[in-house]
Amino acid sequence: MSRNEKRILILAGVFALTFGIVPNVSAMHIMEGYLPGGFCIAWGVLCIPFLAAGFLSIKKTLNEHRNLITLLAMSGAFVFVISSLKIPSVTGSCSHMTGTGLGAILFGPSAVSILGLIVLLFQAILLAHGGLTTIGANTFSMAIAGPFVSYGIYILCKKLNVNKKAAVFLAAALGDLFTYCVTAGQMALAHHADTTVMGALGKFLAVFAPTQVPLAIIEGIITAVIVMGLESYAKPELRALGFLKEAK
Amino acid sequence: MKKTVIAAIIAIFLIAFIPLFVLKDAEFGGSDDAGSVVVEEVDSSYEPWATPVFEKILGGELPGEVESLLFCIQTGIGVGIIAFIMGRFVERRKWTKDEN
Repeated sequence: MSRNEKRILILAGVFALTFGIVPNVSAMHIMEGYLPGGFCIAWGVLCIPFLAAGFLSIKKTLNEHRNLITLLAMSGAFVFVISSLKIPSVTGSCSHMTGTGLGAILFGPSAVSILGLIVLLFQAILLAHGGLTTIGANTFSMAIAGPFVSYGIYILCKKLNVNKKAAVFLAAALGDLFTYCVTAGQMALAHHADTTVMGALGKFLAVFAPTQVPLAIIEGIITAVIVMGLESYAKPELRALGFLKEAK
Repeated sequence: MKKTVIAAIIAIFLIAFIPLFVLKDAEFGGSDDAGSVVVEEVDSSYEPWATPVFEKILGGELPGEVESLLFCIQTGIGVGIIAFIMGRFVERRKWTKDEN
């Protein structure tokens, strides 16, 4: 028990150190100061239950299977790498992916919310990207809304007996895309003084969505490739997670 | 399976780099800068009320070269963790017989 707690602390420390030096230039994150105070607080409060659930979920998973710490660290590192790669897109601007799909599929959406919060927090403090005031809104879009959509799509595909690779691809890609849609929605809710909410939403979506479509496809492919790799090399872990069936 | 992976990686590179060659005169700035432009458009009276902590300490923007250095470090560390763990998994499978 206490050993597990220590492990969680060490994990958190590792993430804190690694994510601490991340500059994230063209994030999907809402910039510092770009949301009015009320919105900042509201989004932040909305995140709290998810984060609490995430903490408990990670703790439970690690209590049951201590060796899963490797996969968890890997999911975190995946978010780390993926969100550092700025990729040119068809609209002539760059953006980057979220990388939260992998963790959501493996550990469930609430666990990812913790990983995502840690990433966002340190990006906001040390890298001038995202922001401390907008951390709630950014956590909600990237670490909660996106992963939940990924997870939902993955479960749905599983129910419909879709091929597993295709399911992973769809889950990661749509989760990524949805993150940006939520960001557009958050911006539109806060900024529509000169037009209507819907008008503003349209404009924000027009900026974020087309840029993100090709990137979402890339994220889907990468996630599927990683899952394929894990399927051949990390069978015991995936089985412990319930990702692979015992009988298979 | 190997073929699928290779095909997937080629697809990733194609998707990522084709825009660069097709849209020769595009700027490829960040999409969140584009975001602040839209804010100007739909809510012209809005003024950002906070600036990033790091920029406050530096008293200005982070130099571009330093920024790309930090970026590389981020990617490097992330890849390092993934490669380390994947390496362990691969090696483990080699040594354990009860694979399934």
